[in-house]
Amino acid sequence: MAKFIYLVPLFPLIGFLINGLGRNYLSKTISGIIGTASVLASFVVSILIFLEVKVAGFSAVEVKLFDFINTAGIDIPFSFQVDQLSVLFLLIITGVGTLIHLYSTAYMHEEEPNDFARYFAYLNLFVFSMLLLVLGANYVIMFIGWEGVGLCSYLLIGFWFKNGDYNNAAKKAFVMNRIGDLGFLLAVFWIIGQFGSTSFAVIFPVASKVSPAILTGITLLMFVGAMGKSAQIPLYTWLPDAMAGPTPVSALIHAATMVTAGIYMIARSNILYTLAPTTQEVVAIIGLSTSILAATIALQQNDIKKVLAYSTVSQLGLMFLGLGVGAYVGAVFHVMTHAFFKALLFLGAGSVIHAMHHEQDMRNMGGLKKFLPITHLTFLIGCIAIAGIPPFSGFFSKDEILMAVYGHNKLFYFLATGSALLTAFYMFRMYALTFHGTFRGSHEQEHHLHESPSVMTIPLGVLALLAIVAGFIGIPELFAKESHWLEHYLHPIFAASFALQTAHETPASSEWMLMGTTTVLIIGIVLFAMSKFKKYTPSQEELTGLPKVLENKWYVDELYEIIINKPVRAIAKFFSSIFERYVVDGAVNGVGKLVQYSSRQLRWLQSGQVGSYILIMVVATIVFFIIQLLGK
Amino acid sequence: MVKKIKKLFEKKQASLLQQIIFDMPINYYLFLTVTLFSIGVIGVLTRRNAIIVFMCIELMLNAVNLLLVAFSQMHQAAALAIQPIASNVGAEAQLFVFFIMVVAAAEVSVGLAIIVMMYRNIHSVDINFLNRLKH
Repeated sequence: MAKFIYLVPLFPLIGFLINGLGRNYLSKTISGIIGTASVLASFVVSILIFLEVKVAGFSAVEVKLFDFINTAGIDIPFSFQVDQLSVLFLLIITGVGTLIHLYSTAYMHEEEPNDFARYFAYLNLFVFSMLLLVLGANYVIMFIGWEGVGLCSYLLIGFWFKNGDYNNAAKKAFVMNRIGDLGFLLAVFWIIGQFGSTSFAVIFPVASKVSPAILTGITLLMFVGAMGKSAQIPLYTWLPDAMAGPTPVSALIHAATMVTAGIYMIARSNILYTLAPTTQEVVAIIGLSTSILAATIALQQNDIKKVLAYSTVSQLGLMFLGLGVGAYVGAVFHVMTHAFFKALLFLGAGSVIHAMHHEQDMRNMGGLKKFLPITHLTFLIGCIAIAGIPPFSGFFSKDEILMAVYGHNKLFYFLATGSALLTAFYMFRMYALTFHGTFRGSHEQEHHLHESPSVMTIPLGVLALLAIVAGFIGIPELFAKESHWLEHYLHPIFAASFALQTAHETPASSEWMLMGTTTVLIIGIVLFAMSKFKKYTPSQEELTGLPKVLENKWYVDELYEIIINKPVRAIAKFFSSIFERYVVDGAVNGVGKLVQYSSRQLRWLQSGQVGSYILIMVVATIVFFIIQLLGK
Repeated sequence: MVKKIKKLFEKKQASLLQQIIFDMPINYYLFLTVTLFSIGVIGVLTRRNAIIVFMCIELMLNAVNLLLVAFSQMHQAAALAIQPIASNVGAEAQLFVFFIMVVAAAEVSVGLAIIVMMYRNIHSVDINFLNRLKH
């Protein structure tokens, strides 16, 4: 079955071509069906491949499609990697992707048919690029997908391109991603220089023979790429702005799949990172600080999607923390559970926004519980899952990362737990503001409140189910022996890294205690948040002090404006008004003027006087003779 | 030298004339041709009558012809001195010069025709009247 791997990205590509080329001719129903069916077909093929791969003892297969770059000394085939990690990501991408495509058919129904088809074309192109990213058997193919998802992210954030703010958000996302991509590209060049190949199968076995300094450089550059794509400090500010795109896009790209590309890359290159402890430390610190910073910002956001966006940044930070301390399985596990519950939360928020007629401010919501029962229930499940209350999926994956952090560094553990508590607080603040209390919107909005159609609630239901049960594939060894199915499944990928790591065995008793304490604290925080915001009434008072700083996102955007944008604009202004006008234009016009002037002067030579022509001829001949003589 | 030539004409001894021509140093020819050529150049530069300019051009042409023949003769003499067998080495220009003369004659006829046409049109042979070519 593995040899049919090319079908997985092929279906979305075909869907993209049909929808993209026929967008002026297809009806909304047809383009919706094509868009959804193409991803569904990929999902079916992925499941068939998964059934083959999950058998114990399956070894990675590299399926070569054709030669991509084959010149003297370097051979980069266009080939796909079929192994446990890539197939797991295939399932997440195509599975969640199918649900979100289905959801989109209802969410986007107000669009014109050609915009509707354009939307599905972009979405299919995104799925294709993302599949290319995770399937690539070398860094170059991965980079193609990496750039493709960046492009689709840009196109979909700016989907409503008639709004200037949305365009600016799209450009911001694209530029910030480009900064990261430069790092990744340099890493690829360095890898080619160092190993003479970019194939995973060639690089990873010989990585231990390379000096740690070089590996540190390569992995740091790769991490710069991951920072851009996965929204980590200092390149995270694009993700909250990316909420300008349609909500299903936020769910698919900016929560479930694209932003986890950085985690996939590091998990894929785990051996390189394990051999470069300095980079791992950097990854852990950046991940931890991003997690805390984004969580604090999320406390004071009022836009329902902004809260989710900062929550995503925070959760991604947690995943990087896991990667940094060597908990690769935990990080991948959290990617998976996060994909389910965060896609669920985004789609739930989309359902709310849909019902509220594009109102996103939570201060104008409240009491939606009775109007949107299904959305309310699934949203609550998502909140419980992300808060990490057992036995929902978020608990298992978060706990696995936290335990690994505890074994690595106690201080990091307490900070990460603090971030998890903040997560529980702001999620339930959002939940309480949206669904409890009294309705605070306008009467017109209240009149139109309605539950979303079943096409939207079915994906919510499926994702809610997954958000509940997905954790059971990774039950800690603490509860029962051999219960962590995911760890056994992924073991071949991380075997080399695990062999190098020194195991920090935390005693079972303290593990129980930490787990219990965290859970109790989280439940306490949840109850506190619920009681605090259940009876929320908007106050007219200006926020002061720390809440104001948090509401303004620590003024990071303003800081970037001052330290980067302003100097760049000043330089640009200098070049456009001084350098361009006087130096470049001066040179161009000067050449023209010189030619004109000299030709006007030379014109007088052509007097029409035969005598003067002959005189010039004779004088010139004599001059040549003199030069000839002097030359000797 | 002059005496010799006078004597030569008195005695009508062609072979002696030939001898003198052979003996005459190349420098004399060079001075003569340079003088002729310079007269031609100065004439072209200073005169405005098209016919005189034309004659001066012919003068320059013939000065060059003369130089060609003189060098040719010198060349042949040198060749004979090295290899005293009757040979035509260096004598080609003696023949070549006739071709130049023929071409020059053709050129003269064309040139004169142009001057005649010029006179018919502007009733003058002053070359400074012919300055319309610059437009």
